Amino acid sequence: MKEREHLIHKYLRSSKRFPHIWCPGCGIGILLGALIRAIDGGGYGKDDIVLISGIGCSGRLPTYVDFNTLHTTHGRALTFATGIKLGNPSLKVIAVMGDGDATAIGGNHFIHAARRNVGITSLVINNQIYGMTGGQFSPTTPFRLKTSSSPYGNLEAPFDICGLAKEAGAAFVARSTVYHARLLEEVIGMAIRKEGFSVVEVVSHCTTYLGREIGLKSPVEMMKWQRDNAVRVEKAKDLGEEELGQKIVIGVLEDRKVPAYHEMYEELTAKCRLEDNAL
Amino acid sequence: MRRTRKGDRILLQGSEACVRGALVAGCRFYAGYPITPATEIMEQMSWQLPKMGGIFIQMEDEIASLGAVIGASLAGLKSMTATSGPGFSLMQEHIGFASMAEVPCVVVDVMRGGPSTGLPTLPSQGDVMQARWGAHGDHPVIVLCPSSAYEFFDLTVKAFNLSERYRVPVILLADEVTAHTRESVVLPPSDEIVVEDRRRPNVPAEWYTPYDGGQTGVPPMPAFGEGYRYHVTGLAHDIRGYPTTRSDEVGTLIDRLFSKISRDFHLLQWFDSYRTEDSLVTIIAYGSVARSALHAVKEAREKGLKVGLVKLEVLWPFMRHTVMGFLQSSSKVLVPEMNMGQLSREVKRVNQGKCEIVTLNKVDGTMISPKEIVKSLEDIYP
Repeated sequence: MKEREHLIHKYLRSSKRFPHIWCPGCGIGILLGALIRAIDGGGYGKDDIVLISGIGCSGRLPTYVDFNTLHTTHGRALTFATGIKLGNPSLKVIAVMGDGDATAIGGNHFIHAARRNVGITSLVINNQIYGMTGGQFSPTTPFRLKTSSSPYGNLEAPFDICGLAKEAGAAFVARSTVYHARLLEEVIGMAIRKEGFSVVEVVSHCTTYLGREIGLKSPVEMMKWQRDNAVRVEKAKDLGEEELGQKIVIGVLEDRKVPAYHEMYEELTAKCRLEDNAL
Repeated sequence: MRRTRKGDRILLQGSEACVRGALVAGCRFYAGYPITPATEIMEQMSWQLPKMGGIFIQMEDEIASLGAVIGASLAGLKSMTATSGPGFSLMQEHIGFASMAEVPCVVVDVMRGGPSTGLPTLPSQGDVMQARWGAHGDHPVIVLCPSSAYEFFDLTVKAFNLSERYRVPVILLADEVTAHTRESVVLPPSDEIVVEDRRRPNVPAEWYTPYDGGQTGVPPMPAFGEGYRYHVTGLAHDIRGYPTTRSDEVGTLIDRLFSKISRDFHLLQWFDSYRTEDSLVTIIAYGSVARSALHAVKEAREKGLKVGLVKLEVLWPFMRHTVMGFLQSSSKVLVPEMNMGQLSREVKRVNQGKCEIVTLNKVDGTMISPKEIVKSLEDIYP
């Protein structure tokens, strides 16, 4: 425990005015801890990391840590990330987004970033609700759930973020909950190492706004729910479709070898220059 | 208004001149989305940039295009995009971001008829106000307006220079006629072209305060990855870049964003004048309309009318003092525009009763011809 505290202090910004903005018991802190351990474990320098976010509770995450950090507009984190990665491919570009951020207002950017396969690590923290604005339903809110903007129940079907990323062409797709903190650290590490576009869906909880709607009153109860409802991808094969439908499948869901856009672009410029010189 | 320079005479389309200017100015990143009548700029960039080791990317929309441009600029590259009305509307979100976070970038808007999808292939000057006030909140921008292929080249170079110097988005407001007309141009030799780069910090990383404007009001800017790890946000922020709601810090920030440009207003008085020495009626025009106006002035002078022309190359910040001088020396001022009267409102604002302002507006997708301007001059001539 002592060692862990030490590690986070290595990366926290001493000049930043604390406290942070997150509610007590929020899952974003667990994600930040896992991210820090994955970066530290990967041996990356602070200067090599660019941490980007959109808008919402997750948007504040980069503020607190000592990297090149960029807090962008709502849903557009991946567009800035694309420019930075292509502008300097030696940087490790990590974008943290919420579920509304990545799949509602930023849905189109998310699909095309996955299809284009620029080397960006996307961490989508899915708490199934818009937290910062006070608990409105998001594209991942369960069907029929009452929220502050669906007082009679949500009539929209939720997105499967990993399914979306996989079908759109992401090179690496994984899911973990914040309860499974070690798995989370492990898959984030793999996602950062991957050269192409990688996605980690981080199933989290919003104690303040979602918990009250689903009858789970504390962060502990919500994390126990994650523990009891998650199933490792290796074991998911043995489950029937109906049984699986209720579960959160965690682990690495996709890992394919496809050429990353920025690598192909570098080859292309080398070729163009060669041809241009030959003329 | 004639420019004579040494160099090779070449046939260039306005869009090509813009691309040449951008590349000479050091642009090495372009992100865009196809849109008429600005597509030629993107196509040229997709052809040229890879050969120079630069980056071209076609994004999924205009919001994404300017997002990528800002990202690349933070990574240290001079970056630009080009679009037209509907795409320009989408870009306003990130023009605001670039203003607030002080990220240099150049946005070309080749104006077409609007509103909405409007007249994709026909000229207009309908985005004059959008260029200034399109993004929400009070924000600084600089808007330049070329009227020929040569000026498109020249002002594109200057747009990059201003954007690097002041760390603001600079908008090049061209119209369909300027972008599509092919004309013979003499480009200056490259050693005569002044290119400015953003000021970089010269202090150790731990001393660097990213949003401290210092003496000039413009903080030095490192690239991501150079060792100066700092925070960039669209939220109101303190001098260290961290979000704040403290009124003293927010007020200071917004004041500085404006004053870094307003203190240099006198350096941004770019205009050309023709036969204004004794003009009773002076035309104030910009973009392709200024060329019709030049013809009109020549024609009217032959008829013995004392008329002149002022062609504005900077639209925003508005050249109040320059324009005021002409308002004082003329009895009437004619403002022909391919819109319902956007810049004429500014002219009227600074006029304060000094002379009579007459507008000539056209929004039917056709150019304002010299003949129409001559008629207007004759009608109002005292």
